[in-house]
Amino acid sequence: MTIAQYSLSEQAVLILAALVLFTSFALLAQQRMLASIHVFAWQGVLVAASTAMIAGVYDKHHLYFSALLTMGLKAMLMPWMLRRLVERLGIAHQVETVVRPALVLLGAAALVVFSYYVALPIEKLSSLSTRNTIAISMAVVLIGMLMMVARRQAVSQVVGFMSMENGLFFAAVVSTHGMPMVVELGIAFDVLVAAVLFGVFFFQIRDSIESLDVDRLNRLSENSEITGVRE
Amino acid sequence: MALNLALAAVLAALASAGVSLFAQRRIAVLKYLAFPFLLLSGLCAAVAGGMILGDGDVQSAQLPFGLPWLPWQVRLDVLSGLFLLIIGIVTFAVGLFGPGYVSEYEHGGHPLVQLGVFTGLFVAGMQLVVLANDAFMFMIAWELMSLSSYFLVVFHHEQAANRRAGFLYLLMAHVGGLAILLGYGVLATFGDGFSFDAMRAALLSPLWASVAFSLAFFGFGMKAGLVPLHAWLPEAHPVAPSHISALMSGVMLKVAIYGFVRMTLDLIGDVQWGWGVAVLLIGSISALLGILYAMQQNDLKRLLAYSSIENVGVIFLGLGMALVFIGTGHQGLGAIALVAGLFHAFNHALFKSLLFLGAGNVIQRTHEQNIERMGGLLTRLPYTGVFFLIGSMSIASLPPFNGFASEWLTFQAALQAGALDNGVLRILIPFTAAMLALTGALSVACFVKAYGVAFLGQPRSRRARHARATAWGMRGAQGLLALLCLLAGVLPNVMVNLLSTIPKLLTGTGLQSATVHGWLWLTPVSSTVASYSAPLVLLGILVAWGLAWQLLHPRGARAVRRGAIWDCGFGPLNARMQYTGTSFSMPLRRIFSPVWRIEEKVDRQSEAEGLRVSRLAHQMQVHDHSWAALYEPIGRFVLLAARRIALLQQGNIRVYIAYSFFTLLVLLWLIS
Amino acid sequence: MADLLTLNGWLLALLQAALFVAGAPLLTIWVKRNKCRLQNRRAPSLLQPYRDLAKLFRKQVVLAENASPLFRCAPYIVFAATVLAAATIPLLSTNLPTAAIADMIVLVGFLAVGRFFLALAGMDIGTAFGGMGASREVSLSSLAEPAMLMVIFTLAMSAQSTNLSSVVQYLYDAGLVLRPSLLFALLGLLLVAVAESGRIPVDNPATHLELTMVHEAMILEYSGRHLALMEWAAQLKLMIFGVLIVNIFFPWGIATELSASALFIGLLAVTVKLSLIGVVLAFAETSLAKMRVFLVPQFLNLAFLLALLGALSHIILEVDI
Repeated sequence: MTIAQYSLSEQAVLILAALVLFTSFALLAQQRMLASIHVFAWQGVLVAASTAMIAGVYDKHHLYFSALLTMGLKAMLMPWMLRRLVERLGIAHQVETVVRPALVLLGAAALVVFSYYVALPIEKLSSLSTRNTIAISMAVVLIGMLMMVARRQAVSQVVGFMSMENGLFFAAVVSTHGMPMVVELGIAFDVLVAAVLFGVFFFQIRDSIESLDVDRLNRLSENSEITGVRE
Repeated sequence: MALNLALAAVLAALASAGVSLFAQRRIAVLKYLAFPFLLLSGLCAAVAGGMILGDGDVQSAQLPFGLPWLPWQVRLDVLSGLFLLIIGIVTFAVGLFGPGYVSEYEHGGHPLVQLGVFTGLFVAGMQLVVLANDAFMFMIAWELMSLSSYFLVVFHHEQAANRRAGFLYLLMAHVGGLAILLGYGVLATFGDGFSFDAMRAALLSPLWASVAFSLAFFGFGMKAGLVPLHAWLPEAHPVAPSHISALMSGVMLKVAIYGFVRMTLDLIGDVQWGWGVAVLLIGSISALLGILYAMQQNDLKRLLAYSSIENVGVIFLGLGMALVFIGTGHQGLGAIALVAGLFHAFNHALFKSLLFLGAGNVIQRTHEQNIERMGGLLTRLPYTGVFFLIGSMSIASLPPFNGFASEWLTFQAALQAGALDNGVLRILIPFTAAMLALTGALSVACFVKAYGVAFLGQPRSRRARHARATAWGMRGAQGLLALLCLLAGVLPNVMVNLLSTIPKLLTGTGLQSATVHGWLWLTPVSSTVASYSAPLVLLGILVAWGLAWQLLHPRGARAVRRGAIWDCGFGPLNARMQYTGTSFSMPLRRIFSPVWRIEEKVDRQSEAEGLRVSRLAHQMQVHDHSWAALYEPIGRFVLLAARRIALLQQGNIRVYIAYSFFTLLVLLWLIS
Repeated sequence: MADLLTLNGWLLALLQAALFVAGAPLLTIWVKRNKCRLQNRRAPSLLQPYRDLAKLFRKQVVLAENASPLFRCAPYIVFAATVLAAATIPLLSTNLPTAAIADMIVLVGFLAVGRFFLALAGMDIGTAFGGMGASREVSLSSLAEPAMLMVIFTLAMSAQSTNLSSVVQYLYDAGLVLRPSLLFALLGLLLVAVAESGRIPVDNPATHLELTMVHEAMILEYSGRHLALMEWAAQLKLMIFGVLIVNIFFPWGIATELSASALFIGLLAVTVKLSLIGVVLAFAETSLAKMRVFLVPQFLNLAFLLALLGALSHIILEVDI
């Protein structure tokens, strides 16, 4: 079975999945705060759109609701909250320097290969036309994590965390066509609460160390003199 | 017949070494006896190699020397035939080039005996390596090759840097030799004997096979100059006389590749695809780093030496792909990759020797090694200029020359990765092919720099301005190699046809469809998948050029007027205002900056509150990371260990007696 | 293979190559006219590039005193290599014998030959400009070429052939299939095309400002017919990338058989598609500013990343295990 034998809407799901992966790469490469929030919003839109497509293709009506929820929460509300946050923190136009961006991107490409390797046995068990995207969603999760490792700015770390959540949700949609509604709602609100909490934390962090650079948190540790010397 | 001819080649090389013993006072001995013997040796070796490749049979014999229980055995099959052909062609060219080149040593008390004797021994050693059919003779020939080339590396021993390079070379050659010896040891243990026939029949467990493979990969990889074991190569190759550099880069590295292929595919036999992945990765890293390092060199021969690392990487990339394909049971695809790798080995021998001979010619005429002090040589040394251009185009893998043909074949093999079952390999192989593409593009950049700075523009030094024409023999050698580069590029089918007997010998499967459509078409997989017709490409270039020339070139005297260089109205431009090699490579230095350790020092003196710069000095050195990251830690560790062991050395005689005493006690206890 | 080399096939190949060479200045002037209109300037006539070429061919060549023979040969080699590259690309019809002689990898090789001699010619006179242009050209294209080859690998893995005719034929026969790999390959190739044909934001064909120029710096010393050939080759290069993009990714209308009507439809289709892409290019060039030279590597890294994602998504999403 090759791609030409799928229906057009199934092909569209694959395209959307590939674009979700691309937005993950874009998030990783984007160094401007506002722009990365925008990319994150677009990722939400794409995840929502592919959920809606899957709902249409497989006639799963509850997925429409999930899509709507994703659209409202991940593509609009959270980006809006993050945006307001960075504007109030005054870091909207800050440019964050990533160390060796090309290397980080290559690492992300390697993660895609790795998740393909890991997902292959799982995919063999499934017969859905979307099974090939399991690797993609896994890669989105891992790249989100890589972003949290590679970035020092607290807000970018939160964006990375959110994009991990996008990947998890996407994995659930493509592998089993959605989780039970209760679970989904629960996760959605968890993430929302997390976002609110993060907002509070940002102000706390900034008040205590006058920066959002998480590397500075090292100072709070007991042997701060040692780390200070190392810097 | 072919085997006798090959042995005759060895004898001729030894004869060349022998007559050189009398060359101390009379350089004529070297010019008119030693080099003609080399010429003869090269001719015999090339003919023998070509004959065996054409017939595809196996010839073996026993020599009347050796150990009582292990007479030396020689064997000539298609694999050794190919490498004998490589050795022969380059030796022939060197024999042609040498007489003109050594005439510069006529005065000045250079050790001519050393040069002649060790050149002959070096060539004989390489020929014996590919002829050997038992591990004992292989190792003796291998050491002969390594040792005699050491004496050639330190030919200009009056400079300390050269002695250091020689020592490094000797050290690493022996560490590598040790690994190879251990590899043969593993095989000999399981195969019950040192002859290759016994080793071939040996049944190894997968673990021991992997051990033998790792030792072979380490040992031969060190000799071939794979990253990170390459540190000796850019030190040793450039300091030898140029015709020796041609032999070392063009041929000796190939002999290491011969050893690797012989040991992995022939003697060990049962290939595991994991080996292929290791070779593939190391190969692509070597290719990429090699060309990036080459790009930053301004010493012409050092640049060429680093580019040898790149090409060895490309060859190993092909071999790694072959191992992956063969290890996963795709013998036919493995044959394509193997032929691609070996074809590139052949091609690299041709163009790298050509470039080293060209560099030798330029250095002899200008007495400069640094391209920043050359310039404008194309009009002064037109033959060398044209031949060096052909070599540069071949090494930059531009159609229709030979470097392109083998790189094209490598790409075609890589594109067949879709046939593999393993998903990760299906991704990995196209990715390494992309690395190969990057390497190819960078080598274009590198050789535009080398050629553009050395041969074009205005002369950058007085000596470059007064460079004059060279001896005919030197031109002839370069012309021969350049012609072969073109022929191998335009008629790749001839070579591919000959080479396809090698996978047939090693794995039982040759190339099925590469040349089924005649000499005009190269179709490695099938004609619907890919085809390349180099003769028609050459024809197309000539027709398009000719048409453009015919239609557009006006007749008559008004065709061209010579005028001054446009200088923006500021007055005449001088040679120092040209773009230098260092500035040429600056964008790439900036883009790939983490690859090097760059030490840059700018010394600026200014007047009038910093507005007017009165003096500016710029110093830059580009090092590769391997020293600081790999060798220095090892060196420190050895020193540390030595210091610990040195504690044993008390200086007190009674302590030493106590050592002996305790040793005696332990020994007695052991035997009781 | 020999059956490929029929008389009709060769005639078609010659016709296409001639059309390619003759039409290349048209595409350039079409982009220029659209840009003029967008920027409220008066547009030159469609025949202007032909007049320029004709005038340059008539003019006498002025060579610098120290120009070597390579400097005089280079325009012919650059032009010939570019024409050969163009001759292997299906313009009107997919039955192209030249595509079998030289596949997509050789096409990249031809472009590399052109670039090699262009850069060498830039260094021949020994001015700072020429060296600078050559240095920038080879540095940037050494990043663009792998991206382009990666795009080619993606296409070749889909169509299981590196023969450009077969690739176009395969994609044409498949009809409308939404392939993630092709989407990424298209985006990657667009970026490569912008960089390789020297358009904004990578290079500006209209500038002679020493800090920014790449291509113009190398041909600064050329005049007369040599300059004409260099300019023509640059126009051909733009056309090559334009045709590659429209005929691979949007192959609709291309002739799959050798009949006059099919070829005519093919001509019509490719004209319409190229004029559309010309409009898009003019829009893009008007709305973008030229990049700093050292931002271009990032641009090309993006191209390589897109091409790599294309290959990855082909293997992950499109092939079944």
